[in-house]
Amino acid sequence: MSTEATEIRGIGHSVKRKEDGRLIRGKGTFIDDMQLPGMLYMSILRSPFAHATINGIDTSRAQAVTGVVAVVTGELMAQHNLAWMPTMSGDTQAVLATDKVRFQGQEVAAVIAEDPYVAKDAVELIDADYDALGVVVSPQQALASDAPVIRDEKEGQSDNHIYHWESGDAEATDRAFAQADRVVSLDTFYPRSHPAPLETCGCIADVNSATGQTTIYMTSQAPHAIRTVFALVTGLPEENIRIVSPDLGGGFGNKVPVYPGYVVATAASLLLGRPVKWIEDRSENLISTGFARDFHMHGELALKDDGTMLGLRTSLLADEGAFHADAQPSKLKVGLYHVVTGSYDMPAAHVAADGYYTNKAPGGVAYRCSFRVTEASYMIERLVQNAAYELGMDPADLRKKNFIRPEQFPYETPTGLVYDSGDYRGAMDLALETIGYDELRKEQEQRRADGKLWGVGIASFTEAVGAGPHKDYDILGLKMNDGAELRIHPTGKAILKISSITQGQGHETTFAQIVAEEIGIQPEDIKVQHGDTDNTPYGLGTYASRSTPTVGAATAMVSRRVIEKARKIAAHLLEVSEEDVEFTRPTFSVSGAPDKAVTIQDVAFAAYTNFPDGMESGLEASFYYDPPNLTFPFGTYAVAVEVDPDTGVWDVKRMVAVDDCGVRINPMIVEGQIHGGLTEGYAIAAMQQITFDEAGNCIGSTFIDYLLPTAVETPRFELGETMTPSPHHPIGAKGVGESATVGSPAAYVNAVIDALWPLGVRNIDMPLTSAKVWEAIEAAKAPA
Amino acid sequence: MEISVTVNGSARSADVEPRMLLAHVIREEFGLTGTHVGCDTTSCGACTVLLDGSPVKSCTMFGVQADGRDVTTVEGLADAAGLDPVQAAFQEEHGLQCGFCTPGMMLVGSALLERNPDPSDDDIRWAISGNLCRCTGYMNIVKAIQAAAKTKAEAAQAAAASA
Repeated sequence: MSTEATEIRGIGHSVKRKEDGRLIRGKGTFIDDMQLPGMLYMSILRSPFAHATINGIDTSRAQAVTGVVAVVTGELMAQHNLAWMPTMSGDTQAVLATDKVRFQGQEVAAVIAEDPYVAKDAVELIDADYDALGVVVSPQQALASDAPVIRDEKEGQSDNHIYHWESGDAEATDRAFAQADRVVSLDTFYPRSHPAPLETCGCIADVNSATGQTTIYMTSQAPHAIRTVFALVTGLPEENIRIVSPDLGGGFGNKVPVYPGYVVATAASLLLGRPVKWIEDRSENLISTGFARDFHMHGELALKDDGTMLGLRTSLLADEGAFHADAQPSKLKVGLYHVVTGSYDMPAAHVAADGYYTNKAPGGVAYRCSFRVTEASYMIERLVQNAAYELGMDPADLRKKNFIRPEQFPYETPTGLVYDSGDYRGAMDLALETIGYDELRKEQEQRRADGKLWGVGIASFTEAVGAGPHKDYDILGLKMNDGAELRIHPTGKAILKISSITQGQGHETTFAQIVAEEIGIQPEDIKVQHGDTDNTPYGLGTYASRSTPTVGAATAMVSRRVIEKARKIAAHLLEVSEEDVEFTRPTFSVSGAPDKAVTIQDVAFAAYTNFPDGMESGLEASFYYDPPNLTFPFGTYAVAVEVDPDTGVWDVKRMVAVDDCGVRINPMIVEGQIHGGLTEGYAIAAMQQITFDEAGNCIGSTFIDYLLPTAVETPRFELGETMTPSPHHPIGAKGVGESATVGSPAAYVNAVIDALWPLGVRNIDMPLTSAKVWEAIEAAKAPA
Repeated sequence: MEISVTVNGSARSADVEPRMLLAHVIREEFGLTGTHVGCDTTSCGACTVLLDGSPVKSCTMFGVQADGRDVTTVEGLADAAGLDPVQAAFQEEHGLQCGFCTPGMMLVGSALLERNPDPSDDDIRWAISGNLCRCTGYMNIVKAIQAAAKTKAEAAQAAAASA
């Protein structure tokens, strides 16, 4: 029965994406594309003040508008015990403000109308009366003894401090510093940024008043976790809640949290008995949802004169906004920032972090990174470059001297992470060779002699992704494990249901390839279903580069479970004992008699038509994966820039990115992920920042003020690859969606600082706008 | 106001409020949801359609301004013969990830190739500079438009040879 095997397009094949067919035809289904019968539209009134008491809200004029069905205020929500909701970090967040507003853009009231234009009209007619209060826009202001207390409604909260968190060994680190020949320090601010996916957040809440069935179509990267949170918040029975995330127009962490708009729309649908659609506009997205970063960091590196690293000490102030809503593992207050020792064999380290409330939007989302890994990577890679210059060493040489060597893995860091595998030197050597590092340094010398500002920057990052092992990683108590279900139908076609969801990463393609690799059914014959809580296994969703490390593993394991049963059926068909069956996908054959064989398709048919007595029919399985460890992708990025001293404009001349994400399932998609990540890294380094004035007004509330790179500014990337499989992942993959955003900002900034170092410039905080670079040059030129 | 618009070759009419944006007329009145709205400020280009063959951002035009004119949306790119070369190339070159900016990108690419059949890398980057993409870093979008240019040139050559 066996025929000449056609090549199975499993792991390592650049299979064209299954998602594309609908998306290139304009036939995708994004939330705003959906219409339900009788649907109403919701628009939200937001606070113009960053901090103010609410004296009263008069909705009468809004309610009188023809087409307005209801106006919802915090008072009404409070009657249903829904004025406040829990956050992902175990704090509380106002759904609609009742007592006071705590950031500009906070949700105050909502209009539900027959038409979206009418809803917006009516929002303008709500009269909310405020008394402005003192405003806090930075953690430095927040910790002042006379600072206004933002969360005065919280019992026992007498100041703006949220948490103090430490990692590592303070005493051991002190001892290391006592032995140092030299201590190099860096103070830097990683600015507030916003993921700004091109599709904003939104939902359609559809509560069936007859059955109580609550279906919420939602822009969510984590539908299952959201369903559980909704059940807890609303008291609705979880089995009656169905969250459906259809096509998502990007996420990048922005679509992980629960936002007040989702809750109000659901409450409105419950009260009115009709579906309610809520779609943010861009300004609402930028001012009220899912900010990222906003860390004021201090770092110190202890070294010997020969460059040997002895210890790292870092402390930081985190600006958490008005509600502590970080989407991150509950035990880790600053996420995985303790990966800050990076790629280096660091004998001792200590991290201390303090989080503060400010009058800014909540969020703290993992914007294209694994829980604050980006901030950590930036700190160590900037610090290492400055240390190299202080020591008179080449930054590449200082890195090479201190890299964790391949034979040291698994490597336990002084903050307790256990790196799985790595060859840091290998990735760096390839990056330096590709960019022609030695020649660039010579060229730089010549150019400097000619008065030009040329710079070369490197970042050799290590990420920590794939959260995570159940004993250490949970969100609100929900263990961060994920699942996959695989069913092979009689005709040999399969359906794979997974707990994560794609926002452009291509899961419908790559996860089919994993099954193809394991089982031998071609990816085009495997439908991947995701995003619907009624029809997929439980899991915590897609963010922090965790889909491949968790769901990818579950997919491989469920495939193996299916093959276990398939082998029994094959033995039955081949009339031999199970031990005599060999499987070389897609074929089961008899040991020693390879001509006697059946394919997986034959077995699938037999699973429904001709299976052994006593066996259950069908060919399917499910698997929930508890990762034994995180995975640790790494790489070296090298950037060459030219800085114009007269304008501060810096141009990226070369950008070489060598990534090692372990085994690559679909190289085309991996490279696409890296391109995108490098672009967002560039955006953060060069232009993206959400800023506030002293009154807490958000400057940067449109794409006119919050700058994103177009095709013209975006550098051209040259990619390279090394491959060090994860030893504990079933297919050796590590995850890649975010590496480039984590690793690249330091590379860009290091290149600019490298260019300006001889002038005396030691640091410029991101974003490195031309104005800031020019100012730094001018300041360095000015007589002291 | 009653408007008549040729949409993807078909005569369509609608009774719309004068303030209704063209993007909303296309999506809500004509039911063509491939045209997306990403920013409301003419910055992102997700809502790009072709108006009499030229790219416009349909979130920054009123529907009534399209009265009597010809609108092409992403749904009009493919014809009975199959995908437009630009669409095929976006899939082939991995020129899209989440797909939200893709309709606008493809329409701009298609309009570019109409007026410049052999664009350089820079020509393409400037042409799509009114359209933001958060996923791809643009590299593969540029490659896709270049590939589509090649396909179209080859098709034109083949047509000329057989004529």
